[in-house]
Amino acid sequence: MSNVQIMTGNSAAAWGAKLCKVQVVSAYPITPSTSVTETIANWVERGELKAEYVRVESEHSVMTVCISASTVGARVFTSTSSHGLLYMHEQLHWAAGSRLPIVLACVNRGVGAPWSIFNDQQDSIAQRDTGWIQIYCRDNQEIIDTVIQAYRIAEQVYCPVMVCYDGFVLSHTMMPVEIPDAEAVCRFLPPYKPHTILSPEDPRNINPVIFPWQRRDAEGVLRDGYMDMRWKLQHALEGSRDVVVKTCRDYAELFGRDHGGMLWTYKTDDAEVLLAGMGSIATEATMAADLLREGGIRAGVVGIRVYRPFPREEVREAFRNIPAIVVFEKNISYGYEGALCADIKAALYGAGIQTPVHNYIAGLGGRDVKASELAEATRSSLAAIAAGKKEQQTWLNCVTE
Amino acid sequence: MHEVIWHGRGGQGVVIAAQILAESAYLQGFKGVTSAPTFGPERRGAPLTASTRISDAPIRTFSQIERADIAVVLDPSLFGIVDILGSLKPGGLLLINTPQKADEVEIQGCFSIATLDAAAVAIRFHLLKEGAPMVNTPMLGVLSKASGLVSLDHLEKGLKWKLSGGAAATNIAALRAAYEETSIRKG
Repeated sequence: MSNVQIMTGNSAAAWGAKLCKVQVVSAYPITPSTSVTETIANWVERGELKAEYVRVESEHSVMTVCISASTVGARVFTSTSSHGLLYMHEQLHWAAGSRLPIVLACVNRGVGAPWSIFNDQQDSIAQRDTGWIQIYCRDNQEIIDTVIQAYRIAEQVYCPVMVCYDGFVLSHTMMPVEIPDAEAVCRFLPPYKPHTILSPEDPRNINPVIFPWQRRDAEGVLRDGYMDMRWKLQHALEGSRDVVVKTCRDYAELFGRDHGGMLWTYKTDDAEVLLAGMGSIATEATMAADLLREGGIRAGVVGIRVYRPFPREEVREAFRNIPAIVVFEKNISYGYEGALCADIKAALYGAGIQTPVHNYIAGLGGRDVKASELAEATRSSLAAIAAGKKEQQTWLNCVTE
Repeated sequence: MHEVIWHGRGGQGVVIAAQILAESAYLQGFKGVTSAPTFGPERRGAPLTASTRISDAPIRTFSQIERADIAVVLDPSLFGIVDILGSLKPGGLLLINTPQKADEVEIQGCFSIATLDAAAVAIRFHLLKEGAPMVNTPMLGVLSKASGLVSLDHLEKGLKWKLSGGAAATNIAALRAAYEETSIRKG
């Protein structure tokens, strides 16, 4: 029997962690992520989740606890936002470099200065190059399902996974969420097998200073140098796409919900223009596509679900025969353009696709984004593209004088 | 899609009311329901809004509601402070917690009005929090009576889903009384 509850995105993330029977949780509260680990702390206190909840003085220490616990073989979870995530930055690199399957729920929020507690995706985009897999969720059902999938992906490829979802927009909005059956989750997710176990019986030195070149260890075995290990991390992330896709497919078979693997599409088959985005802005774009179709414009949506590794082949496939692409995103790579737009264009270049791509920076610091505004922006881009303008950056709903 | 906006002050149970309506609507068979607080910090006594969206299909919009089909006012002192009428669609429904009957309300406009002395109902059924009457449950009764969107029966189920036994029973009694005592003026 299905167990549907009306819950926030933060509850959904906490439920996902609970169903995965996480063993160590550490967190430092920050809006809008606070209620994720607050919920978990309650469960631990009441004995409903057998986990160690470690309270520390900062997010930097949070990730240090996660790294240590994962290294000794525990399944670990944490959640944070914005400045909390930025404060972890150094340890995020350390987690990925150590190839530890930590899962972090990033409740997306803007970054100061000036202070903002509201939503955009600048925080997680700023962590793009740390070696973490990044998955962006479009609604609360996808959050609970993705946290569960994240552990299976992470523990198979030995890379940490960041499950990203929009602060307040999803984290504080309640909607129906089906809670998967706990036993079925156990069948879906095998126990975590660490690649190395640090224990007092088998002492070892992990992550010592490493040299540029390969060299023999005390037993005479030739060991990787720094760069060889970096290549392995890159290779693991590139290779994780097959695991992501298979995990999503297996999950759909067992639980009946398919969130699309690397990316998802909406009404793309006959489309003359495609709207692209990540997270809740892509959900809103599906409403915009409906509005555009009512007005005679055949619009569709491509939602980028996994941002790292970037779905290069899937993007080429999705955009191959489309006359116009409009990318909406809640981040800006200062001095250039939206990070997603730049990545989509780079992927198309390799396939020789010359389609015009227009970029809209939207919803920074929680500025409301309405479907009608996305539809209007798309109409104006189509007019500009018809007039020959191949690329264009617009800040939606923003004073730019 | 039906959109409901709730106007109240921090501590009046605005957010909970929006949630209970969403849950009750789901129990009634609506596949798409969302409820959200005003995004941001909350302070006791400060004006705030919450929203509920109800639809036959899963909801794919999370933007702020511009103009709602139904505006619920938990605290009549907010008129003149918050643009309540500006949050309502023409032809919409305005629900007010006030001792006045709907016909006595002096607000004019192209919408229907329903009123209830929700504070009196809350006090009668001992729905008090820190000495203040909790008017949110009675206003759910007004919403059911005036709009018919979610039935009294399903609101009762929603309250039972949300609250523990004793609290649910008192709230259900207040809900029923509110439903009976609602006065309506068609716009």
